[in-house]
Order: sequence, then C-alpha cells, then structure tokens
Amino acid sequence: MIEAGRMTPLYTEHVALGARMVDFAGWQMPVQYAGIIEEHNAVRSAVGIFDVSHMGEFRVFGFDARESLQRIITNDLDRISTLGSALYTVMCDEDGGIIDDLIVYHTGDLEYLIVVNAANRQTDWDWITAHLPETVEIADESDRTALIAVQGPHALAVIGELAGEGWTPPDRFEVGEAALDSVPVLVARTGYTGEDGVEVFCHASQAAAIWRTLLSFSEVSPCGLGARDTLRLEMGYPLYGSDMDRGVDPVSAGLGWVAPKAKSGYIGAEAIARVRAESPERKLVGLTVSEGVPRHGYPVLHGGEEVGKVASGTFSPTLGHGIATAYVPVALADPGTGLEVGIRRKVASAVVTKPPFVKTTSLSALKS
Amino acid sequence: MYPKELKYDREHEWVRLDGDVATIGISDFAQDQLGEVVYVDLPSVGEAVSTGESFGEVESVKSVSELFSPISGEIVEVNEALEDAPETVNEDCYNAGWMIKVKVEDTAEVEALMDADDYEAYIAEEA
Repeated sequence: MIEAGRMTPLYTEHVALGARMVDFAGWQMPVQYAGIIEEHNAVRSAVGIFDVSHMGEFRVFGFDARESLQRIITNDLDRISTLGSALYTVMCDEDGGIIDDLIVYHTGDLEYLIVVNAANRQTDWDWITAHLPETVEIADESDRTALIAVQGPHALAVIGELAGEGWTPPDRFEVGEAALDSVPVLVARTGYTGEDGVEVFCHASQAAAIWRTLLSFSEVSPCGLGARDTLRLEMGYPLYGSDMDRGVDPVSAGLGWVAPKAKSGYIGAEAIARVRAESPERKLVGLTVSEGVPRHGYPVLHGGEEVGKVASGTFSPTLGHGIATAYVPVALADPGTGLEVGIRRKVASAVVTKPPFVKTTSLSALKS
Repeated sequence: MYPKELKYDREHEWVRLDGDVATIGISDFAQDQLGEVVYVDLPSVGEAVSTGESFGEVESVKSVSELFSPISGEIVEVNEALEDAPETVNEDCYNAGWMIKVKVEDTAEVEALMDADDYEAYIAEEA
C-alpha cells in the first residue's frame, strides 16, 4: 500500500528541483537535492534554504498567556519579557520526562508563538490545551503557515537585499516583521545549523514565491533534511526522538540550562529538582569517532562492556570523520574519556568530546 | 550509464571479466541511490569470496550497504585508493571506482549474470 504522506506548500518545488523525497513524521520531505555533503558545505560557506513547514506553530494569547505558559515550559518567560524576543525551552511531564523541545517567540502584547516538532504536533497540542485555562486562547496556525530556514554566513545579506533599505535585521534570538520582495513575513534570527541566519514564517500561499526568490540568488542552495541533520549534529544540537524523549529529563539530556534552578512551579519542576539533588545517573555526551560512521542505536562500549547506545550519529562533512551523541554513565562522561562504538562487525575507538564538534562558524563569530 | 561490456547482478554490482580475473564494483544506479560515499570497507588480498555473500561495505552519510559478491573466487587485488578517496565511487564507478579483483573459479558464473539491457530493465522494474 502506498501511503501518500502530508505535503508542505513547497512539495511541488522540491519535486521540480529533483529532490529525493522521504517520509518524515508522516510528511513527504526532501532528504537531499544535489547531495548531503554539497548542501552541508553550502550552508557552512554561503547560504542554504530548508523547507521546515512541517513544523507546528501554535499562537497563544490572552491576559493569562504568560502565566499559563510559565507553568507548561521549563525555561523562564521572564527572559523574553521584551517584545520580539525568543526562547528555546522544553516542556516536561510531572516526572520530568521531555514531551518536546520548542521555541517560544514573544510576538506581541499578551501573545506568544510556539514552534514545535512535526512529529509531536498532536501530542503537544493535546498537552498544551489540557493545561491552559479557558481564559487563554490558542490557535493552531500550522496548516496555513510555511517556514523556510535561510542559513549560512551570507544569509543576512540575502534577506537584507529582499527586505530593502531601512529594514533592520533582528538580533540573535529575536523576531520581527519584514516584507520580502513585498511579501509580508515574520523573520526570526534562529536556526538549527550553527550558522548565522534566519527562519522565515509566511502564509502557506506565499511560500513558493519566497522559495523561488531566494533560489534566484546564485549563492543560495536548496538543502534537505540530510544536511539539516549533519549540520545540527556538528553543533551538538539535540534532536527530539534521538537525543531526548519522554524517558529522559532535561538535566540528563544536557539541557539543564533551559530549566533554570531559580524557577519553580512548572510541570516537572519537582522531578527535575530531585535529579539535580541526586545528580543524574547518565548524561548525554558527544563522541568523536575516527574510523567509521556511528549511527543511532549502535552500542557504546567501555572495556568491551556495553555502557550505552548512540543517540545521534553521522559522518561530519566539515571534520571528515564520525561524530555522535550517546547517553553514558556519569563516571564515563568527562571529555577525553576513551570509549568504543560497535559499528556492525567492528569496534571503533571513540573519545568523549564536549560539543560543538565544529567550533568556528559564522554564528560563533557573531556571539564573540 | 550501464556499459555494454559489463555484467551486472541483482545487488547492483558490476563485473568485468579479463581472462579469469573479474573486476567488481557498484553500478551507477547503486552509487546514485547511496549518495556521497564516505567509507569503503574492503577485504584483503588472498581472502575467498563466495557468490551472494558479503565481501565488504560501502557507506554514505545517510546509509550503509553491504557489498555482495556476484561470483566465487580468490581476491587478487583491492582498490586501496578508495580508502583515502571514497568519493571516487560516485565520480567514476566503472573505472577508478572499482573495488576488488577476483580470480574466478568458474567463468561461466560471470556469463550467467545480467547484461546491460537486462540490468536496465531490472532497475526499471525495481524503481
């Protein structure tokens, strides 16, 4: 039986560009166009654009919006009290298990835009709506919203040219309006590649026009989910479903920084405080593997004994060798610790490495 | 894309017979499906290979595939250059991207493989 799969507003663009399409969380998505390494390098050296319209967008508004969301997410909304600022966070169940990771944009007075993973859209909607009081309204904007990530050292130059003179780009982790080639959009200075760049929200009906306009720049390459994965893993950015899920708390997942100690009263706060007090048993670490490509589920060994499994693993195009993340016992989590990864019939040596694996990018230059 | 002078198997390897030595690599279809090759894991000279059995692996960013021998025999040469330049498999799969050379036990085994036309029809059916 052929399963159709959901299509983003850019589906026909991908097919016309000769993309290899795959099923991702029930969506027909491009995994690659020219090739993963080529696309990866385009983002590290110029500009790559990604269709991420499969992600979910919820708009939350009302007098109690801030207070209600504070109870749902682990991070502190006071960090984005300024309009137009954005916050990376997770939301957890009562046991501290991660339901999803998300970005909350403070888009207006009494209003927040939440971007969630495609695979978790329904789960997140059910969870959030169950925990919002009736005085707060929530709208699922996902179907009518397209999202295009524009990433790379020259991304801001391209967006600036389309937005025209007089437009000021948002700062890192901020969001603002723009008209790109006179199409009204929301431009967020966020991304998942480790390069400087933006994510452009627009109405689904305008997505193809913006996509084509972006591709009219010679330095812009279309990029698929394959390059998105190698880029994010070089930075050590976690992926829901591989690096975290309902069975792990944010502290063990290395996301303690999005569950500030000073904040209490949110769902999962007690469980997370307990993990902190007792210190976690396992931790998510980075691994450098010089021979072979580690992949999700491969065993991580210490002295021949299995001590964990690879969470995310790939070949790093920038570094030219394997990189991975894995949950290992805390005693084996220090950078420099020698471990092994079972790569099918072989055992490859691995060294615990503090991410990011790739240290110098246009984003790291922006931060310093 | 599928040279007429080569023979092909159902696992997308090609074979070029020269006397009783067969050169083996993967087809253009196989390298395209894999994407950019980042590792090629090959056996050593002197090892035996058997029809239908794995003799190595070829790995791209996204996936890994076993290499299956289309014939039985003894390995007389492996393409060591692929260790440092695995991308050669994508760039020139029928020449510089060859993988192993095998002294075949029975050349009739090679003759029994698909010719280019049959292989092309086989791919069209599979796709």
